[in-house]
Amino acid sequence: MSAREEILGRIRTALGEHRAPVPDIVRGYRTADGRPTTELLDVLVDRLEDYKATVVRCLADEVAGTVATALQAALGAHSHGDVVVAPGLPAEWRPDGAVEDDGRPAVALAEHAATVTGVTVAVADTGTLVLDGSPRCGRRALSLLPDCLVCVVTSDQVVGGVPEGLARLDPRAPLTLISGPSATSDIELQRVEGVHGPRTLVVVLVT
Amino acid sequence: MSAVDLGMPSLPHAPRGVGHLRGDRSFPDAARESLRDGQLRANLGHATSTIRAKRKAVVDEVPDWAELREAGRAIKAATMARLDEHLVALEEQVTARGGTVHWARDAEEANEIVIRLVQATGTDEVVKVKSMATQEIGLNEALEAAGIAAHETDLAELIVQLGEDTPSHILVPAIHKNRAEIREIFLRTMPQFQEQGVDADLTDEPRRLAMAARAHLRERFLRARVAISGANFAVAETGTLAVVESEGNGRMCLTLPRTLITVMGIEKVVPTWRDLEVFLQLLPRSSTGERMNPYTSLWAGVTPGDGPQEFHLVLVDNGRTAVLADEVGRAALHCIRCSACLNVCPVYERAGGHAYGSVYPGPIGAVLSPQLTGVEDNASLPYASSLCGACYDVCPVAIDIPSILVHLRAEHVEAQERTTPEAVAFRALAKAMSTPRLWRLAQRAAGLGRLLSRGKPTLPAALPPPASKWTRTRDLPTPPRETFTQQWVRERGR
Ligand code: SF4
Repeated sequence: MSAREEILGRIRTALGEHRAPVPDIVRGYRTADGRPTTELLDVLVDRLEDYKATVVRCLADEVAGTVATALQAALGAHSHGDVVVAPGLPAEWRPDGAVEDDGRPAVALAEHAATVTGVTVAVADTGTLVLDGSPRCGRRALSLLPDCLVCVVTSDQVVGGVPEGLARLDPRAPLTLISGPSATSDIELQRVEGVHGPRTLVVVLVT
Repeated sequence: MSAVDLGMPSLPHAPRGVGHLRGDRSFPDAARESLRDGQLRANLGHATSTIRAKRKAVVDEVPDWAELREAGRAIKAATMARLDEHLVALEEQVTARGGTVHWARDAEEANEIVIRLVQATGTDEVVKVKSMATQEIGLNEALEAAGIAAHETDLAELIVQLGEDTPSHILVPAIHKNRAEIREIFLRTMPQFQEQGVDADLTDEPRRLAMAARAHLRERFLRARVAISGANFAVAETGTLAVVESEGNGRMCLTLPRTLITVMGIEKVVPTWRDLEVFLQLLPRSSTGERMNPYTSLWAGVTPGDGPQEFHLVLVDNGRTAVLADEVGRAALHCIRCSACLNVCPVYERAGGHAYGSVYPGPIGAVLSPQLTGVEDNASLPYASSLCGACYDVCPVAIDIPSILVHLRAEHVEAQERTTPEAVAFRALAKAMSTPRLWRLAQRAAGLGRLLSRGKPTLPAALPPPASKWTRTRDLPTPPRETFTQQWVRERGR
């Protein structure tokens, strides 16, 4: 008998011949949110800052300039060539001199100081940004290897809680949920930001 | 097991001689040693109280926590009730998206499968994401025996691996080590500090130690061709796997190598995508006390041009079906490994993780390990609890650990015909407490204990056997000069 057949057989034995009915699942928790967008944005900003992310708000026509300023603050003045952006990032969001990710090997990506991507959805209550591998978000390695990550979030992408966030996602896409910069508390429980992932997270919130 | 009692064919437990589910000593023997280690107790006390406070704060801010907890419990119960169907659906979905599913009856078979898969790629080293399942089956040792180097990449696991130590906590496995000890391990073992003339001014500041780990692993991530991970959840309906982490080492492993091998216990499957909306709220708040952990990776099969181009999922039984056969004990399979029950457990806080002898310590370990191995192989674990109920209160999926403990004790006592001194003592105590005359006599006899204590506040550990079995791990207060009843009679008359 194959291992598969044997394990499935064991489960059937364990559950017995006359199976009890499947117990009901009551989903009495919150799945919708009545809060106005302005309030959700405030919650999102509060959570992100609590995780030591930097948040900058701007208007729709100021994105590229805001991104450039944020990069300068994070990396220092002469950093233009060091920035790589997701292939589907709108032209009006790109800082001057940024190169586009063309599928280069991961080692080459690691040489860039910063990345700029969009997101698919942002969850206010948990301060979570979700990237889904679409052209605007880029492949997973792009938001992982450079040490500084800049994510541009538009206000229509912000939802209140986790259930509304997951409902907007495609479960078959490669998804990364990001809540603040990489962190560890493994040494005497003292939190240290930035172990393997980006040590700096900047969020540009377009309102 | 009750499966036997009901006349059902007995299902195999996790085999002996492989993996880490059994200690080489009983819990009381191992605990006695930890209790003498003041540093360990101080580290543990600090860690558990810190995480407890953080967890409470972020749980209290969720108005619908009770509803989420009930949904989490119900989803797990519903999953177990049709576990075979969900696993078959998961296999179908993963396969449809370019992954390959393997089934392993036990630890040995799982290790063989992984070794074969790694060898097929032609590499002799792998990077690993912290995973309870691979620790349970002893995968690192098996890989090493096959000539494959396995590099742990989680900071705590790295500390444990480089220090040739074993983990002591599910979530923070190196919690028994302080910063000075970690610095010493890094200086001694990391190649970057070994070369002559190297600037070894590594301080014991946590930030500096974390950066040393980053430098140590960076190049390994970039050159690795094979990664091995566990999984927190697998969605049957969509074939989506989930790994929850903080440092980004998980993302490195799940993204950069060409081949990804995920080893998962069969109980980790959840039926639908929607179910994750419950667990992704329950897990981070219960475990690290954060609203959300920094990184969660979700993937289904293979995505061309993004991440590993070869994906293998190894589904492991290793005693789980035997647990499933026990209708009371089955709930132990609902565990999402948040470690909240460890952090509230007064026994864990004093004894530490190593005393449990299994990769699953604390209250959940006390009910899970003996069921996976068969109670006879972990006979002392169901007694490693004061039944105070704190574990049940914090468990995000409402596992009634105290009831399972009592159930397993009953099973163990039934299985064991022989009467222990402890059983005799308890029976006598129960009798004495129910008869006032005997109780007064017993109290007067206890007064004799004062002679043994020589004025110290607790009785000495060196009582003659069989009483020593009880007192060597417990501080019994020295009996008072006068019992309450005696005092009452003296001061107020009858
Ligand atoms: S038993 Fe409950 S509290 Fe303990 S680790 Fe598992 S899920 Fe967490």
